[in-house]
This record gives sequence, structure tokens and C-alpha cells, in this order.
Amino acid sequence: MSNLNTDKLSIAGSDYSSRLLVGTGKYKDLEETKNAIEASGTEIVTIAIRRTNIGQNKDEPNLLDVISPDKYTLLPNTAGCYDVESAVRTCKLARELLDGYDLVKLEVLGDEKTLFPDIPQTLEAAQQLIDDNFKVMVYTTDDPIMAKRFEEMGCVAVMPLAAPIGSGLGIRNPYNIRTIIENASVPIIVDAGVGTASDATIAMELGCEGVLMNTAIAEAKKPVLMASAMKKAIEAGREAYLAGRMPRRAYASASSPLDGQFF
Amino acid sequence: MEVLLNGDPHSIDQNCTIETLVTSLKLDGKFAIEINQSIIPRSEYLKTELLAGDKIEIVQAIGGG
Repeated sequence: MSNLNTDKLSIAGSDYSSRLLVGTGKYKDLEETKNAIEASGTEIVTIAIRRTNIGQNKDEPNLLDVISPDKYTLLPNTAGCYDVESAVRTCKLARELLDGYDLVKLEVLGDEKTLFPDIPQTLEAAQQLIDDNFKVMVYTTDDPIMAKRFEEMGCVAVMPLAAPIGSGLGIRNPYNIRTIIENASVPIIVDAGVGTASDATIAMELGCEGVLMNTAIAEAKKPVLMASAMKKAIEAGREAYLAGRMPRRAYASASSPLDGQFF
Repeated sequence: MEVLLNGDPHSIDQNCTIETLVTSLKLDGKFAIEINQSIIPRSEYLKTELLAGDKIEIVQAIGGG
């Protein structure tokens, strides 16, 4: 029997017990970031790469002081990159920063209004990164043809959006996500658009290998509590997927036996 | 001489290496350095001399989704 103790998320040869991947942006402060990350039970956290604030207060805490690379798999992203060159540069800087660790989340954005990925540029950047021995987890649209293309070129995980980044609209096209999963032999991780716990559960019930989220936790009124809710939502959805749901029927089916009625 | 450090002009001495720059900036924690869009591995800091007009980027990890 499968259970959650032996059921692991496997990405590029590493196994993870948690199927929730969490971003570290938009929190009130580093203390809240740390508490939410811990409550979520995640093992993979995304980070952004930005200029060091030269001359900043020495006592100002650093993200890596609260999110230790010894404890978490750090997944640098290319958020904010609108072209191949800046995305590839960001990944190379991240690899140097993290002492050669080569797992990255690639996103090459198309426009600021939708933050939808620019697919031709994402394909080009993915190829350059794969050629440079990066392990690429790629943010893409919920297009099954593109998802398969990214897998075939060697991306270690394909991460279709559920809805626009930060929108909290939930899974807008479950049929596409399901088709992507059916076709896939690398992990499919819904990235972006989850708004609340039930959205995460639906993603997992569809058969996603994991869900990556940031705003749904960080912008909740109580982020640490939402992080805990998301942990349970992901586990519930995964168990329901493994359990296999009952068929849908148009009409009722009595749960109590009809035999032995005395009335 | 002047270099461009994280987008801003910055004065350094002749023959200044990256190591000297990093020490003078009292940088803390983990960072990575790019000069004119080429990564400089940490092992090269001591022997990499900066030239006038070099575009230096020093980056770190921050919160992001």
C-alpha cells in the first residue's frame, strides 16, 4: 500500500518528503518568512538573486541566515527576467553564490500585466542552461505541447501555471493540467496562481507531483497559519490521488443496505 | 580610478583586486560577483585586478517566489 512515508517527490535524483515548494517573497519580515517556511513543512524554497545593498547595516539579517542551505534545497529563480540573457546570467550568478549547486527555476516573462512566460525565449534559455549543465525546473504555460517539449529537451521538472503569478485564481484549466500530467515522465509541479488550500488540493488530486506557491501564503492574513493549511492540503490531495476517487454518478446511491429493512 | 559598482560610480585604487574591494566593502554572508557580465569564481578574487570602467555586480540571495 502506498502511504506518505514512502511516497517521495523525486527531482533530478533527489527525493523529498514534502510536495510543497514555497517562495520567500512578500513576507512582512524574515522572522515571518522563517516561521511560515517551517510551518509549511517544505524542503524546497525559492530565492531571488538581486544586487547586494552596498553599505547596508551590518546587523541586518540575511535571508540565508534564516533559511539555511544546510536545511533546505534552495531554488534560485529568474523572476523579473524578460529576456534570455538576463535569465541565463541570473542562473550563473546563483550557481556561483550557492557553491556550484545547479538546480534553478527558470522563468522568462512576457509582460508585466500577466507575468505569463515568453515561451520562445524560455525555450532558448532552457537550452543554454541545459547545455551548461544546469538542472532546469521550468515555469511555463498550461500548454501540453510545450510542457512535453521542455521535458524532451531535458528539463528536470515542468511547472505549468495554474493562473497568473500572484493572482490567487486557482486552477483555471484542470483539463490541460491533467493532459500535461498524462503525457509526462518528469515531475509536473503547478507553479503560480494557487489562492487557498482547496486550490492546492485540487492540483494534487489531478496528479501533480507538487505545488509551488508564494503569494497564497505570504498574503494571507495569517501567513504562518496558511502555511500549515497548505501543508495539509497538499498531503490530503496527494492521498486522495493515490487512493483513487469514487466515480461520479448522476443520481443517488444509498450508503445503508437495502436488505434487512424491517419497515 | 572609477568603476561602476552595482550601477553606481565607485572609486578604487590602481591595481585593486576583487579581494581588496570585497574587504573594503566589509561584505557579509554569501554573495557572487560578475565583472563585465562574466562570473568571477571566488578562487579568482585574489588575482583578479580591476580596470577603470569595469562594471561590477555583487549579488546575494533575497526573498522571492
